[in-house]
Amino acid sequence: MQHPLLQSLEPEAHPNIPELRIGDTVRVHARIVEGSRERIQVFQGVVIRVSGSDKTAGSNFTVRRVASHGVGVERTFMLHSPRIEKVEVLRHNKVRRSRLYYLRGRTGKAARLKEVGK
Amino acid sequence: MKGILGRKVGMTQVFEEGLAIPVTVIEVGPCYVTQKKDLKSDGYTAIQIGFDETSHKRISKGELQHLKQNQIPALRHLSELRVNEEDLAGYTVGQKLDAEIFAVGELVDVIGTSKGRGFQGGIKRHNFNRQPKSHGASDRVRAPGSAGSGTTPGRTMKGQRGPGHMGNRRVTVQSLSVVRVDAERNMLVVRGAIPGPKGGLVFVRGARKQG
Repeated sequence: MQHPLLQSLEPEAHPNIPELRIGDTVRVHARIVEGSRERIQVFQGVVIRVSGSDKTAGSNFTVRRVASHGVGVERTFMLHSPRIEKVEVLRHNKVRRSRLYYLRGRTGKAARLKEVGK
Repeated sequence: MKGILGRKVGMTQVFEEGLAIPVTVIEVGPCYVTQKKDLKSDGYTAIQIGFDETSHKRISKGELQHLKQNQIPALRHLSELRVNEEDLAGYTVGQKLDAEIFAVGELVDVIGTSKGRGFQGGIKRHNFNRQPKSHGASDRVRAPGSAGSGTTPGRTMKGQRGPGHMGNRRVTVQSLSVVRVDAERNMLVVRGAIPGPKGGLVFVRGARKQG
């Protein structure tokens, strides 16, 4: 059991992040700080890993997208980071495991996922 | 100089200005000033601090009487803190100390007893290098190697590092910044790690080295 003092420091769920499921296609609006300037960068891809939950400190999720020339790019975001503006879930995909690392070895048509219920 | 006794609760992380920072939660106090030592009677100036209220059956009769004299409840741990003469005047015996003696942003030193590791080899204890795993060196992989020269000097130098008992000793971590203070719940949160297991007794004092 967790000590009540530690419990009291656990973060509240991020107001603009819905529940993320593995395999979801998402758009992450991340706040980028460059010196004194701030801008928002959008990163769209598939959630291939969620570690922890929205109730535990230090939890994060990884989004994979295939950028130009077929280069895979993965970014890991902290689930409670105030630097995340919001996350939109575009669609839920049907997957059968909790870590989609197998997508790394696939390109093009083979890397597609089926939408849930279709 | 100011200080307080407490227990390590554990580590977590909090966000500060968008960055995740690692923090340790310490349950500090409430502590009592149990004795004042002055130049006249003791030859130096210090205060004695007590922490962790317990049953009167749990401490020796000598200690119990020492506390009872000043209407202080039975305390499990007593510890001394050197203070200069001016600061000594600011303390009274029986006074309660809580987390509020520190402010957010202040630097503190944390003193504790590190986790005991038992008898360990040179690799774990002193970061010695390992020897080759191949080329016929099958049983010398984690051996310490040579402990010195040859006929001259004909002995091992004093202080030569080697295998031995590791951990379970007093360790001070200096200049940790205070991230949160909550006197109501006796909570002090500092940035970074502190020695010892969860539940271990620690002493938190104002940092010796400021900035």
